[in-house]
Amino acid sequence: MNETAKKAPVIGERLVHKTFPAISRHTLALYCGASGDHNPMHVDIDFAKKAGFPDVFAHGMLVMAYLGQALTDAVQPASIRSFSTRFAAITQLGARLTCEGHITELLDHQGERRARLVLTTKDENGEIKLAGEAIVAL
Amino acid sequence: MVDQSAVGRSFTPVTASVEPGRLRYFFNTLGERNPVYRDAEVARSNGYSAVPAPPTYLFCLEMMDSDKPFEFLTELNIDLARVLHGEQSFSYHAPVVVGDTLTFKPRVTSVTDKKGGAMTLIVVETAVTNQHGIHVADVSRTIVVRNERVA
Repeated sequence: MNETAKKAPVIGERLVHKTFPAISRHTLALYCGASGDHNPMHVDIDFAKKAGFPDVFAHGMLVMAYLGQALTDAVQPASIRSFSTRFAAITQLGARLTCEGHITELLDHQGERRARLVLTTKDENGEIKLAGEAIVAL
Repeated sequence: MVDQSAVGRSFTPVTASVEPGRLRYFFNTLGERNPVYRDAEVARSNGYSAVPAPPTYLFCLEMMDSDKPFEFLTELNIDLARVLHGEQSFSYHAPVVVGDTLTFKPRVTSVTDKKGGAMTLIVVETAVTNQHGIHVADVSRTIVVRNERVA
């Protein structure tokens, strides 16, 4: 599974690429329990409507967990030095997400070779939901 | 509205264990099939002492084992219905695996008003240490509070 990282990395290379099935209400309910994030905004339509939203929507951290999964398909979990995202837009029910990461920089940190990856998660319309980056050891 | 006086506030530390059953439930929810997570033998052959925690799981553990998972909101008088997640970051210093017991210490590090007070961004940084006292990670979340209409 670490094959990709072992090849000589090149700036511009797409190291991370994964698509995920449509996000259902069931997924949100399961994630509520599995993540410990019991914020009703994501599972209780009455709460979401009262807060001014048309419906429940995905936890940002569910979307980031998918991005993390795409990332660790490409690199070992222990090789990740940092991982950050900005939640650019709300991820609606039914969204089919695509996660990508490109190498933008090769770095040397106290003798450790590292790569900076620019990460995005987009929905099926190409709208950016998450924009982030990771630093990984090579 | 939350103001600068919140900066430096800290909240009740949380101790949480990386339990295999709960972690499996997380992986099942996400359709995770990576053998390094699903098979302890594969994890060990990749140099881990046990199945590793996935990259965002520290955020979950802190909420999971907290008696008051929204303490920082209630302590700062923020209505949960007005909160969105703005940014999230993790810096990893050492591996976290199944069987570890982690301690999370959150504190407010910045409060910034945006759009003429229509929104307030609050940054909460959490230092994470393991059962051996090793500082394994720093976690930072930025929450966006949609304030009541400003006149």
